[in-house]
Amino acid sequence: MRGLPCFVLAFLPAVVLAQQPARTVPDTLAQRVLACTACHGSPTTPPARDSRQYFPRIAGKPAGYLYNQLTNFREGRRQYPQMTWMVEHLSDDYLREIADYFSTQHIPAPVLERASLPAAQLARGQVLVTRGDSALQVPACIACHGARLTGALPAIPGLVGLPRDYINSQFGAWRNGSRRAHAPDCMATIAARLSLEDVAAISAWLASEAQPADPSPVPALERPLPLACGSAPEPRS
Amino acid sequence: MTRRRLLIAVLVLVLAGIAWAVLAWPRAQFVPSRSPQAWAATPENIARGAYLARAGDCIACHTARGGAAYAGGRAIDTPFGRLYGPNLTPDPATGLGNWSADDFWQALHNGIGRDGRLLYPAFPYTHYTKVTRDDADALYAWLRTLPPVRQANRPHALRFPYDSQLALAGWRLLWFRPGVHQDSASKPAEWNRGAYLVEGLGHCSACHSTRNAFGAAQAGLSGGLLPGIGWYAPSLSAGSEAGLGDWEVPHIVQLLHTGVAPQGAVFGPMAEVVGRSLQHLSEADVRAMAVYLKALPATREAPRPAALPPQEDTLKLGRQLCENHCIDCHGGDGRGAALAYPPLAGNRALTMMEPVNAIRIVLNGGFPPATRGNPRPYGMPPFSPVLSDTEVAAVVSYVRASWGNAAPAVTAAQVNRYRAVPLD
Repeated sequence: MRGLPCFVLAFLPAVVLAQQPARTVPDTLAQRVLACTACHGSPTTPPARDSRQYFPRIAGKPAGYLYNQLTNFREGRRQYPQMTWMVEHLSDDYLREIADYFSTQHIPAPVLERASLPAAQLARGQVLVTRGDSALQVPACIACHGARLTGALPAIPGLVGLPRDYINSQFGAWRNGSRRAHAPDCMATIAARLSLEDVAAISAWLASEAQPADPSPVPALERPLPLACGSAPEPRS
Repeated sequence: MTRRRLLIAVLVLVLAGIAWAVLAWPRAQFVPSRSPQAWAATPENIARGAYLARAGDCIACHTARGGAAYAGGRAIDTPFGRLYGPNLTPDPATGLGNWSADDFWQALHNGIGRDGRLLYPAFPYTHYTKVTRDDADALYAWLRTLPPVRQANRPHALRFPYDSQLALAGWRLLWFRPGVHQDSASKPAEWNRGAYLVEGLGHCSACHSTRNAFGAAQAGLSGGLLPGIGWYAPSLSAGSEAGLGDWEVPHIVQLLHTGVAPQGAVFGPMAEVVGRSLQHLSEADVRAMAVYLKALPATREAPRPAALPPQEDTLKLGRQLCENHCIDCHGGDGRGAALAYPPLAGNRALTMMEPVNAIRIVLNGGFPPATRGNPRPYGMPPFSPVLSDTEVAAVVSYVRASWGNAAPAVTAAQVNRYRAVPLD
């Protein structure tokens, strides 16, 4: 009789293991979106060096902008098969929650060395970003993307902290129509008016501009915008 | 005399051949509507039709990405060329605006268009022919209520001879018999309802069966490669693949209804099926499908030849990469985490002979579908940006050979074939 408890005890760990409910993981959005942060980074795990060369910063961009992009991928207005694949079967509600989540984050972004860039290109880039080119009918970037280039609520993205290759490829996508937004598509119009040299100048300057101390988007812009934008429509008067 | 006999023999043979063709010819089978009330625009008919359209996942082929719902335009790649789902909205010029309920029945049941042309079986009328006239009429009533969209159909781009009506007629002669589903008296009502949904509107075997050289799905649900998009739809009757004989019905229901179950999650094309179709069905209907699938006669499988264990250095690399990339979510014991992350131990999606799905999951990552039962799914990162072909092959080989799994290793060349993300 005495042997029995020992016998039971000896087998207890195995029994407990077999009946143990499966492990649980944190019931948080951070845990759910590890699929996103693997490339785009999170405050605790910044993007890998390789990822920084192309994948855009999404942390801190306005939620309206991020939500528009997620649905644009899902519905084929932007072409990046891996992104479409990720969001294909996610609902509007969930995508909005994901957009809200990333809009509240901040991750320091890598900055390109200015010394490595041609001075003339940087000068032209700065002119286009801060003043625009009236001869080309191209407004300054800062007119819509905010004086600090951190974007504007609710749906205009910040431009600093983005890789140069990413900016270049977006201009290419607007020019050939493979990136589209709600009509009127203001960025497609602007991209069509810029030469490739001007695009390179803009991306070089933007990618080498440090993020300001306050990376938050401006709450409101001076209206009307220089160009009508479907993603940032004028308030109804 | 001999010559005459020979002539008669030839004549008899030819006549017999014609008679066979005529007898075997899948003549259009007409079943009349119960009454015009069957397709009248009543709320009941419309709601039932909308529900049945979900069961048939019509939207999947008849809606282009970002396009108007049911206005057509989605490309479907087949080994015979590319087809485009046509416009089902009631626009008279480009959609079904001029179709009668009988026209719709002809298409759904007999695979014949309103103009009398034979339809390509990419439209799975080989399955939809099992749908009752009453259900076809409800679908028709609902289709009439869609907002009409003027969008011309894109002509199919099939290669010769697949683009000819004659070839299609021959195909139908061999592979198509019209006929509404008949309940089996010896089976319970739930099983019959499941059979009706799985074999009819659900058209499960359109993916889950091997297609022959003529593109005809083989009987049964014994699994098949999807050649256009590079996924493998596992056998639903083989224990080593996705056979459900050993599963509890509630778990099958859970997987089909919510996209996740303790044993695994749906991914790839099946995520689309759950997201667009199955999650919208009633629990009773999903349960009926589960009961039918569970009762499929199990495929007799030859014992698998003992897999050569992967090379020692492959295992070492795989283990090391898995420690960095897999076990935080899937657990060091490979048992996964509740409904968030599927187990790797004993997961047949990983261990079945055909490794394409395991490779794709590691390369492409992704989320299970957001469903009513699992509205905020946990995602898996794509590893194609960070791992080389050799590294992905090592990871997949390692998980196929660990925690009691014993499936053959995969090679870097196999991984390389599937690097690109398949999209429509």
